[in-house]
Amino acid sequence: MKNKTSIGTWIGFVLIMIWCLLPVVWIISLSFKPVEETAAGSPQFLPKDATLQNYKDILANDDFTRALLNSFGIAMISTVLAVIFATLAAYAIARLEFRGKRFVLSLALAIAMFPVVSLVGPLFDMWRTFGLFNTWPGLIIPYMSFTLPLAIWTLSAFFREIPWEMEQAAQVDGATSWQAFRKVIVPLAAPGVFTAAILTFFFAWNEFVLAISLTSTTASRTVPAQLSYFVGPDPFNPPYGQLATASVVVTVPIIIIVLLFQRKIVAGLTSGAVKG
Amino acid sequence: MSTVVATPGAKDTKKKSGAGAMTDRSRSEDRLGMKLVAPAVVLMLLVTAWPMLQALYLSMFRYRLTAPDDREFIWFSNYATVLSDGLFWQDMFNTVLIMVVTVAVELVIGFAFAMVMHKVIFARGVIRTSILIPYGIITVVSAFAWQFAFSLNNGFVNSWLPFVEDNFNWFGGHWSAMFAIMVSEIWKTTPFMALLLLAGLSQVSEDMIEAAQVDGATWWQRLWKVILPNMRAAIMVAVLFRALDAYRIFDNIFVMTRGAQETESVSFLTYRQVIEQVQLGLGSALSVLLFLSVLLLAYLIVKLFNVDLAAARGEG
Repeated sequence: MKNKTSIGTWIGFVLIMIWCLLPVVWIISLSFKPVEETAAGSPQFLPKDATLQNYKDILANDDFTRALLNSFGIAMISTVLAVIFATLAAYAIARLEFRGKRFVLSLALAIAMFPVVSLVGPLFDMWRTFGLFNTWPGLIIPYMSFTLPLAIWTLSAFFREIPWEMEQAAQVDGATSWQAFRKVIVPLAAPGVFTAAILTFFFAWNEFVLAISLTSTTASRTVPAQLSYFVGPDPFNPPYGQLATASVVVTVPIIIIVLLFQRKIVAGLTSGAVKG
Repeated sequence: MSTVVATPGAKDTKKKSGAGAMTDRSRSEDRLGMKLVAPAVVLMLLVTAWPMLQALYLSMFRYRLTAPDDREFIWFSNYATVLSDGLFWQDMFNTVLIMVVTVAVELVIGFAFAMVMHKVIFARGVIRTSILIPYGIITVVSAFAWQFAFSLNNGFVNSWLPFVEDNFNWFGGHWSAMFAIMVSEIWKTTPFMALLLLAGLSQVSEDMIEAAQVDGATWWQRLWKVILPNMRAAIMVAVLFRALDAYRIFDNIFVMTRGAQETESVSFLTYRQVIEQVQLGLGSALSVLLFLSVLLLAYLIVKLFNVDLAAARGEG
């Protein structure tokens, strides 16, 4: 009986690994296939004649490197700002009694479920009027708004587990609510804040709908949007190797973050949604 | 969403009713609380509520950006146009189909994954890292990976699957293209489902399962009578989140088919009207309908399955 379950678990383990990694290995394999091979059609999984040419080409492609820069800049700035605002809000939600708390939580929930596409039209119109169309702030502002709900949940769940007494002790010693927040809670909350930042960064790095709708040139187009325009001269025969290579390049940061912080990410993902 | 509680006006009326009840400390706490949430609330409303009102207004006009002078107030005609169009209903059907199929499949596979991850005692870090890769990968990249995998000339799927001919064109027909889109969606989002379910699973008490086992319950009975009922809240929250997410499907379709072979979703239709055809009037009507349908869907899921939203909010 015991033996049987462990065999089942082993099989399950192998299946999960294949499920998660097969498409990743596939895209890496594709990135090493030379242009001649994909143009002629190469249905086999591994490249016949592996080459680094795709990597040389893609890193010399100014549109792509510019998109990479946009992606990094926009994702980083959105993350920092969203996490600052979310930290303030989550502290209030977890620690303070104030009117409108339910409203904030309901609003966050509603926005987490909001269909982003339905904002594309009005935002497109508004951003052209305000001169925000095709600029970094034009993407940073909506990214902040859409990542706030997740960040607020994650952070308020983390904050609830911080020992209350520490803050009260500080207040007894004469600290104001604000000082108690800054001097006592912030250092304790730093791990949670960091987790929220990772999840926020993932969202901004991944976002596609707004990125293609609110940009028009490489001045602010992010990598996902740039990739979708990267079809080459023949729409029926896209540059497979190049696209695969670009995909690998943008996936590298994700894999590094996941490798370093997997435990934190899992805790953050589930804390907001499942824990009471 | 309709009432802003944190306005100065509401503050005054509340103060009268609760006069004297509030101490200095609780009053300053109240004020600090509002100050701390204000930036987040303003930002969220600025980018959602305000444009949504704008969409409501624009949806009453015949308004195309290429012909701004022809802008004309036409009441609800845009809604009539959309709702009487077969394309809208076709896209709605596709969207709902993708949502139902992907969430159902993800629930089953995600639960199996969660069971395995719960049991595994070795290599926990490895499995956690692997399962986060599909979660973290860009949806567009996942769509490309699967588009190439299913590709006629360069994909491995045809040669790997024994019952599919080597020259089968997955993107040549409606159902096979829908299948490819769903595969890419399921691949990317199952890990999220699995992690939420794993968190629920770890809250089911081992003692209860053992007690059932001692009483002679089979594995199947333990699963259905003990484990699943006890992680109901986690399952429902996962379903709610994933269903609403799947309903907004856009990236995969944009990359894999661009809506060809009638694989368009409602989100894609809205995008096409607004951005490609710059039909701001008609597109806004679609935006409003999309928003209302999400509200309706969220309401239905919450009511039908009795989802515990307090847990979802982390309010507990």
